[in-house]
Amino acid sequence: MASESIAAPVRPVQYLQAQLRWQWGEIAFWLATLLPFVVAPSYLVLASQIAITALFALSLDLILGFSGIVSLGHAAYFGVGAYTAGLISAKLGFGEPLTGLLAAAVAAGIFGYLTSFIIARFRHLALIMITLGIGLVLQEAFNTAGFITGGFDGLQGIHTWPIFGKFHFDLYGYTAYAYSLAALFVIFLVARRIIHSPFGLALRGIRENNSRMPAIGAPTRTHIRTIYTIAAIIAGVAGAILAETTETVSLEALGFQRSADVLVMLILGGTGRLYGGLIGAAVYMVARDQFSGLNPQYWYFWIGLLLIAVVMALPNGILGGLAHFARRMQAKP
Amino acid sequence: MHPVFGVLFDGLAYGMLLFLMSVGLSVTLGMMNFVNLAHCSFAMLGGYVAITLMNAFGWPFLATLPAAFVAAAAASVVLERIFFRRFYRASDLEQCLLTIGIVFVSIAIAAYIYGTDQQPMQPPVYLRGSINFFGLDLAVYRLFLIAVALVITAALMVTVETTRFGAQVRAAVNNQRMARGLGINVDGLFAVTFALGSGLAGLGGALAIAMLGLDPQFALTYLIYVLIVVSVGGLGSIFGSFAAAMLLGISDIAGKYYVPAIGAFLIYLVMIVLLMWRPTGLFGRR
Repeated sequence: MASESIAAPVRPVQYLQAQLRWQWGEIAFWLATLLPFVVAPSYLVLASQIAITALFALSLDLILGFSGIVSLGHAAYFGVGAYTAGLISAKLGFGEPLTGLLAAAVAAGIFGYLTSFIIARFRHLALIMITLGIGLVLQEAFNTAGFITGGFDGLQGIHTWPIFGKFHFDLYGYTAYAYSLAALFVIFLVARRIIHSPFGLALRGIRENNSRMPAIGAPTRTHIRTIYTIAAIIAGVAGAILAETTETVSLEALGFQRSADVLVMLILGGTGRLYGGLIGAAVYMVARDQFSGLNPQYWYFWIGLLLIAVVMALPNGILGGLAHFARRMQAKP
Repeated sequence: MHPVFGVLFDGLAYGMLLFLMSVGLSVTLGMMNFVNLAHCSFAMLGGYVAITLMNAFGWPFLATLPAAFVAAAAASVVLERIFFRRFYRASDLEQCLLTIGIVFVSIAIAAYIYGTDQQPMQPPVYLRGSINFFGLDLAVYRLFLIAVALVITAALMVTVETTRFGAQVRAAVNNQRMARGLGINVDGLFAVTFALGSGLAGLGGALAIAMLGLDPQFALTYLIYVLIVVSVGGLGSIFGSFAAAMLLGISDIAGKYYVPAIGAFLIYLVMIVLLMWRPTGLFGRR
């Protein structure tokens, strides 16, 4: 786990305000996300997939990176959001995208809130097993309810209307990428604000020592329930965007594979750094696109090796490694 | 006779397999708190060793079983030396990631060598067919499986309860630091236990082929069942693992037989409810 080090004692309010200030690297990062429009217009579909996955990884970072809740079933909320948006369009014939997002956020939020009561009670192995179990139960439930969800074949007949009645979803992914990127940016701002609030600080306290936090008067279980619900909502929105831009939803949206993949991306990028999930998602998805000719079995060989290498050599991910490198460079002269 | 006995019998045989594949993980988790998700990869290795020896080298089935045990145990020692021992004090997330990486690699290697198809496996003639017992047809292979698992369980129980080694294992599971303080070499003990547990998983994998089949996804599919057994049974409890494996085996088979519509997720529900009732498992103390 990453740990922030504060050199000189500062007042907590000042510390939080300093964290909130925008840095040049961050501004450069967000400007760079606009590059695909100019540099690689033929890759906009991939870019929109990356933005969606980055949003999903960001939601996992909130609970795993900042609150220390290890989840092997986070795709459950992604899937609930995807199916909610998909069903509204396919069964009710109402394909307005922003309404779909809202409905998905509500549905995933309710499911997240209900399950958070279970989550908040456990740590360690039992927690991992419970999250895994919730994901598997939900996948089986959606598979069994094939008359609504299309079961194994996936949900057919989704049609997304133009955004604001104006911007059609084109074949090249212009609208799709703009839409996913806008959602990612807005939600990122919210997540950034949450993390640099006193509540966010309390979450990091829970991550570092779950038994001491109640001693200083922090209601740990309430905090965990709150952040878990927020993360579920964000995951649901990510799922809804995927359903709306690709106009299909399959059981794969809430499978174990997706939960494992997003965990790998987050670890690869670096946990507890907000940008870790974003960078991890980009690296992972671009690599997978490049090696797409490879049999998926062999793709997982490299993913497995990568995981082992990251845990052994770069325990804080790419961003952690870069930060370490930057500190060493600063210390030298 | 009533079909319920047939379901019980099949569930029992299935539960025995799950027990063999999970007991090692339960003890090592209880001792070192090391979350080894690669445990089922050792079971898969045992399965592939047995099938290769049988189909390519013409070994008799019974001779492949000890070979599967030895191969899995040896592989686990190598991995423990190279990777695992650096992570005993790491967070459970890091342990999860390291071992799931090993699972992915093992699946890919198995797919590369053997392809993704199910491995063909014929039990020897004397283990085929079934015998009639008061109007109930009992498959001979499953009887054999239950017998082997019961013998191993008895041997494990006697070892843990009566020998010096068993007493040290129990002490280390109960309180690792105290055991160290008393001069017990917990690291060495752990290495031996780890090898034994992985060997048992390899044996379980070899025995499982005729009943569950064997393909590269084995390491991931049954990992979930094994984890359920371990977490429901309680860490470090051999009897707990046994009880949980039987409960899971019987409820899985019964669920698929009586309520096929929800049979697949009945066991996950059972697990969630049991864990909510007792977060440390049925027989766990921590």
